[in-house]
Amino acid sequence: MSNIPADLKYASTHEWVRDEGDGTFTIGISEHAQDLLGDMVFVELPDVGDKVETGDDIAVAESVKAASDIYAPISGEVVAINEDLEDSPETVNNDPYGDGWLFKIKADDSSELQNLLDADAYEASIDED
Amino acid sequence: MGSKTPLYDAHVKAGAKMVDFHGWDMPLNYGSQIEEHHAVRRDCGVFDVSHMTIVDVEGAQAQAFLRYLLANDVAKLKTEGKAQYTSMLNESGGVIDDLIVYHFSDTSYRMVVNSATRDRDLAWIEKVAADFDVTTNERDDMGMVALQGPNAAEKIQQVISADQYAEIDGMKPFVGKQVDDYFIATTGYTGEKGYEIVVPSQQLEALWDALLKADVAPCGLGARDTLRLEAGMNLYGQDMDENITPLEANMGWSVAFEPADRNFIGRKALEALKEKGHDKLVGLVMEAKGVLRHGQKVTVEGGEGIITSGTFSPTLGFSVAMARVPASVGDTAEVEMRKKQVPVKVVKPSFVRNGQSVL
Repeated sequence: MSNIPADLKYASTHEWVRDEGDGTFTIGISEHAQDLLGDMVFVELPDVGDKVETGDDIAVAESVKAASDIYAPISGEVVAINEDLEDSPETVNNDPYGDGWLFKIKADDSSELQNLLDADAYEASIDED
Repeated sequence: MGSKTPLYDAHVKAGAKMVDFHGWDMPLNYGSQIEEHHAVRRDCGVFDVSHMTIVDVEGAQAQAFLRYLLANDVAKLKTEGKAQYTSMLNESGGVIDDLIVYHFSDTSYRMVVNSATRDRDLAWIEKVAADFDVTTNERDDMGMVALQGPNAAEKIQQVISADQYAEIDGMKPFVGKQVDDYFIATTGYTGEKGYEIVVPSQQLEALWDALLKADVAPCGLGARDTLRLEAGMNLYGQDMDENITPLEANMGWSVAFEPADRNFIGRKALEALKEKGHDKLVGLVMEAKGVLRHGQKVTVEGGEGIITSGTFSPTLGFSVAMARVPASVGDTAEVEMRKKQVPVKVVKPSFVRNGQSVL
């Protein structure tokens, strides 16, 4: 069974979102998503300062198997990216909810978070796959 | 539910992610396919290849039959156990399957063919065999593992007796030998030294367990694909099929046009194609970020082609591919990736041998 932490929010496209409590949100991909993709070989991240809209494809996770777009789960400005992934993309596989985070967004409107799935709803959505 | 090899339970026990592979439940990986890939390049790994089909051919006309059935010439095989890479073609020269044939004597051979094409292969073999004094026998009582990597010789000594190892010690590449219940061949699909071992099905799990106990890494289809691609070895159904001739699939070296009086199925079509000119299979190298993938369009000097197999090369750290392109191809090409034209280098379709880059 896939690990789906209850304190995070999820997009149906398999991104997770952690509220850092200061108006910024950390984003990664779920354990289920990394498992589907297999060994990660490149992660292309947005630039710090990029303005993004919910649903924009702003990053690419490329595994041995496939290249997968990663979508902005909320609108705002990219304030940080995980540069360590440049040298060790496998961290996304090994620690998807921790050191394998992808980028942080300063949200335009934190209430957008309500549109995302909670852990139970995300689990239900992947069971349907 | 797909077919299961004798090692199905062992795979599940080893934590394999199982996938369907042409009707067989096979391990994709046991955690990380990249780590499995490195294990084979640097140390030793073992693959379950029991899904492959073994066909023994016996009879007074075994040699004549195979000289007609196969594009390479089994008459070149003089010594007992010598193996040859070859293919079965249709009348149009298209590849029905690629395979390895072992020569025991002029009246006894063994073929190892792909699983994906099993039914079609067996039907074709039987049809052609009908005109010859031969019997063909599918060995579904056998399983097979591939032990591959620079330390394969050291590892195999931990699972067979000293007397048994003495039988295969110093055996040259591409030779097989029956050693008690095991048929041990110095063949493989990785570009490393190693063995393919055919074993009675009921003994296979004990051999597998002994290898894992000797710290050999279990490896799945994911690593098998990246290893064979780095080694420039074709995958049936992807790099060639019934509509592609060996000449267009970098397999021309495995077609014996000499002696000129040997007729084999597909010969006329290949000779006509040789005369006319044809596409060729080349290697592509992209050192920039990204991964070349099957199906991507390739633009070369004089026309367009397509990537037949592409992957990230764990050994090299960048992407490599095989592509079928017009023969006018130069040293560079462009690949359409995610709506962009990306420049790549054109090389011979072989990237890594014995752990080292050959670029």
